[in-house]
Amino acid sequence: MIYREAGDFKTTYRDDSQTFPIRFDRRAYYALVAVAFLVLPFVMNDYWASAVFVPFLIYSIAAIGLNILTGYCGQVSLGTGGFMAVGAYAAYKLMTAFPELNIFFVVLLSGGVTAGVGVLFGLPSLRIKGFYLAVATLAAQFFLVWLFNKVPWFYNYSASGQINAPERTIFGIIVTGPSTPAWSKYLFCLTILFILSWVARNLTRGEVGRTWMAIRDMDIAAEIIGVNPLKAKLTAFAVSSFFVGVAGALFFAVYLGAVEVTEAFGIQKSFLVLFMIIIGGLGSMFGSFAGAAFLVLLPVFLKNALVGGLGWPTDLAAHLELMIVGALIIVFLIAEPHGIAALWRTAKEKLRLWPFPH
Amino acid sequence: MPEQLLFAMEVTLNGLMAGVLYSLVALGFVLIYKASGIFNYAQGVMALFAALTLVGLMDGQVPFAHLINATFGTDVHHFGWHIPALPAILLTAGVMVVFAIIVERLILRHLVNQEPIILFMATIGLAYFLEGFGDVMWGSDIKKLDVGLPQGISETIDTVTYNWFGYGFFIDRLDIAATLVAAILVVTLTLFSQYSKQGRALRAVADDHQAALSVGISLRFIWVLVWSIAGIVALVAGVMWGAKSGVQFSLSLIALKALPVLMLGGFTSIPGAIVGGLIIGVGEKLFEFAVGPMIGGATENWFAYVLALVFLVFRPQGLFGERIIERV
Amino acid sequence: MKMKRLAMVAAAALAVASPALADLVFPSLSYRTGPYAANGIPFADGYADYFTLVNERDGGIGGERIKLIECETGYNTEKGVECYEATKGEGALVYQPLSTGITYQLIPKASADGIPVHSMGYGRTSAANGKVFEWIFNYPTNYWYGASIAIKHILDVEGGDISGKKIALVYHNSAYGKEPIRTLEKLSEKHGFELMLLPVDHPGQEQKSQWLQIRRERPDYVLMWGWGVMNQVAIQEAANIRYPMDHFIGIWWSGSENDVKPVGDKADGYKSLNMHMPGADFPIYDDLKKYVYDKGLAAGNGDQAGTVLYNRGMYAAMLAVEAAKKAQEIHGTAKITPAMMRDGMEALEITQEKLAALGLPNFGPEFKVTCENHGGSGLALVQQWDAKAGKWNVVSDYIAPDLDVVWPLIEEDSMAFAKENNIELRCK
Repeated sequence: MIYREAGDFKTTYRDDSQTFPIRFDRRAYYALVAVAFLVLPFVMNDYWASAVFVPFLIYSIAAIGLNILTGYCGQVSLGTGGFMAVGAYAAYKLMTAFPELNIFFVVLLSGGVTAGVGVLFGLPSLRIKGFYLAVATLAAQFFLVWLFNKVPWFYNYSASGQINAPERTIFGIIVTGPSTPAWSKYLFCLTILFILSWVARNLTRGEVGRTWMAIRDMDIAAEIIGVNPLKAKLTAFAVSSFFVGVAGALFFAVYLGAVEVTEAFGIQKSFLVLFMIIIGGLGSMFGSFAGAAFLVLLPVFLKNALVGGLGWPTDLAAHLELMIVGALIIVFLIAEPHGIAALWRTAKEKLRLWPFPH
Repeated sequence: MPEQLLFAMEVTLNGLMAGVLYSLVALGFVLIYKASGIFNYAQGVMALFAALTLVGLMDGQVPFAHLINATFGTDVHHFGWHIPALPAILLTAGVMVVFAIIVERLILRHLVNQEPIILFMATIGLAYFLEGFGDVMWGSDIKKLDVGLPQGISETIDTVTYNWFGYGFFIDRLDIAATLVAAILVVTLTLFSQYSKQGRALRAVADDHQAALSVGISLRFIWVLVWSIAGIVALVAGVMWGAKSGVQFSLSLIALKALPVLMLGGFTSIPGAIVGGLIIGVGEKLFEFAVGPMIGGATENWFAYVLALVFLVFRPQGLFGERIIERV
Repeated sequence: MKMKRLAMVAAAALAVASPALADLVFPSLSYRTGPYAANGIPFADGYADYFTLVNERDGGIGGERIKLIECETGYNTEKGVECYEATKGEGALVYQPLSTGITYQLIPKASADGIPVHSMGYGRTSAANGKVFEWIFNYPTNYWYGASIAIKHILDVEGGDISGKKIALVYHNSAYGKEPIRTLEKLSEKHGFELMLLPVDHPGQEQKSQWLQIRRERPDYVLMWGWGVMNQVAIQEAANIRYPMDHFIGIWWSGSENDVKPVGDKADGYKSLNMHMPGADFPIYDDLKKYVYDKGLAAGNGDQAGTVLYNRGMYAAMLAVEAAKKAQEIHGTAKITPAMMRDGMEALEITQEKLAALGLPNFGPEFKVTCENHGGSGLALVQQWDAKAGKWNVVSDYIAPDLDVVWPLIEEDSMAFAKENNIELRCK
């Protein structure tokens, strides 16, 4: 009843090809953006920012990045953790070497550095395909972590090998360092996520995105119709790594403020981001958000519910949390094998007709 | 003989032994991948779960003790019995079969005919679940695993090589035992798949799902069968690694050691898993021995992947993988 | 987005239900799950049981009851952040993160929020310099002191001369494991021993290369900075190559029952440092039995009493309680704030009389915290595993670190941190 498209006529091609063709969706989207930018920053406290929203936003960026590579271009990557580390260490080196440089550009430049590294490790994708490609990215994962751990130049020769984010501001507002207010942390990440997801959305439905998808669906066929696989695969690696690098820079500079490479950017991180996009939905922007939400917010929620709400011992709660997350993944799968994004689509289809059966 | 060469020989031998242990883990992945096209992410957690169950049974631990105590305020921990190693291993193998049946019933049955990525995802969920479940069931402390496997330096090899070369080689007796067990396991598996009815059915399914179904092979039975075998392989791997370090959470991370082996040997080949394991084992140990000291050591983790990567650039389907035929 | 909204609403409902600030709040950032659970459990149990004892026996600290909030981190930095943010609003007095990663992460944050952090024998070593780190404490000892104490012990065993000897360091290839390297390098210059570095990658189940190298090059002593599964495997491999166990010395995080028991009899003779006494042979255990265990109030399974890490958890809690008492004394109020707690910690003095009065005679070394020195006296002892009896025996007195070597290093590192972060020096 409420959700319908009757009377929603398009008179131009432009209208017809917009991201949210249904008026209701569009309004819901505008409302969500308005709430995210105009309401949430004012009601945000430290807990909500540091434990819930900032990690969610950052993981969303990483998930979009990986989704471009894996979901849109069909190249499996297990190197996300390593590429995030590149972003983080690039940000650290830039922040300490050029203290005057605005943090916004530091983050973007870190993404750029990561894009370069990503292309380098993407080269084997021209020869190795499918699941075997994961080995190239895994090599990147382990080698990069080892490198950052081993070469003291990367952590400015500090005794412990940890890197710390110094305080940086934008327009006089602190966005990194320990005294950052919750709202500025949140707004900074949200702004970057907003810009990047806008870019990603438009890239994926433009020419570049279509060549990616052609490669994903069948690379030989794509080659025959004139898609250059070298260009398509490497641009996918570059763009994806850029996103992941930005996520890594934010993860270090804004979210944690101090990281150690082996703990923060290990192989577990690569798997986590991969799980996000698989559970959310491969090749779907919404899926990236949904997957990040599922694996970041659900554990926090479950923990609060089990420990805070029901008063369980923390260890039992932690174990149950794992069991519930695992069981939910399986239940979702059986209900809808193509991830949360597909579940959402089905739900919308049903909503369109509701309350009439046909 | 020059000393360095002797050292290199010793490192190579130890690398081969380590390779066998990697192969054991990789074998579980290959079995399931071959029969059902699933990359079973939960294999490492299955090894942990199997080892936990084995120790729990042997020591007569009460399963879910902590949960029971927390809910009902009781104080139960042990049944007070001890089961000898062999029956306990058989019982654990039984548990793994039951586990396979449950997995088939609750998960695989509902996902017939889905794409590999979706089945992969189901095993992610399974891994999460089993990790929590194993901890709730048996607790997360380190348990000593003692099934009577020999451990420590092999005196015979030490003496013999000392008499030959003037330098005694170090070989861990546990590694020798692991090699024997792995050999027995592979031979049994080969015999089983070559000569038994179920084994032939298994190979038929691996060859062509549709064709196998059309001649009346029950896919469900096959799935239960391979998951049971994979569970038992996981148990063996869990016992071997658990004997080294005690049974604890980190056992689930041994799956990471199997990844480069799989990449190198191919996902679908049992000999591939063995040879891949040996190459990785020797390669990483020799590299650490020869180059490691110059660049600061701890190179083993990434070197395994770089090695696999170099191989793959020349053979994109892995050493023994099925040839990739691409058609438009 | 539906999921997110749902989670928000539900979690908001839960967050509102949290109680008002009344008691003395001590958060316990524990890890009873994950790869290091076996070590996290006894520590968390000891930490909790001591606070329960103080509540049950003394009715709290200075009449104020203690509220212990346990939060599971799984040794994961991100969960640690979540735990910190979740508990700091409840008036947490002091954080003991029990993880290198979380400690580093909290150092700037807790300093900005004005909540003291006590990283007892872990975390950032140079936090011992109170002139730079106002809110961070790492008494009674730290890794660099530990490295120096291990070398001193070797000097004692060798009769004062170790020039030309070879000492290997087997370490977890992470920030934690790399801590002692710089100190050991300085010490090797001073004493003329040769240092051999053997990193082990996380998680450390495969150490054949490292131990083959040890077997080939036969270092006179092996030191270990390990954690988790790396400890058990290292001790097992050392036993396999028949390395003399009494020449194998671990740091205090490589010296609990968990590390030696899985190896069995062959671990006999393995040594490790410790910052307090092992065992349950202290009067306080009678009180614990009477007020905690027998009342069914023991944390966890209640089967950890007397283990090394349980004692360490208890020690950490005891130091926190003593600092809180001191803070109450200084400020003349029972209801202390985190800032007052910090003053208490900075004025903390542990004497043998005090320890005896607490039912822990000779349990730890004497030390005094000052404005300049947040690191205590740095004393630690050496314990040796007796596999037959299944217990740790203390085989040395409390050994003092070589301050001439270590303190300049602390000074150097903390000053670099101060410069990088524009921190003004205190205690003038």
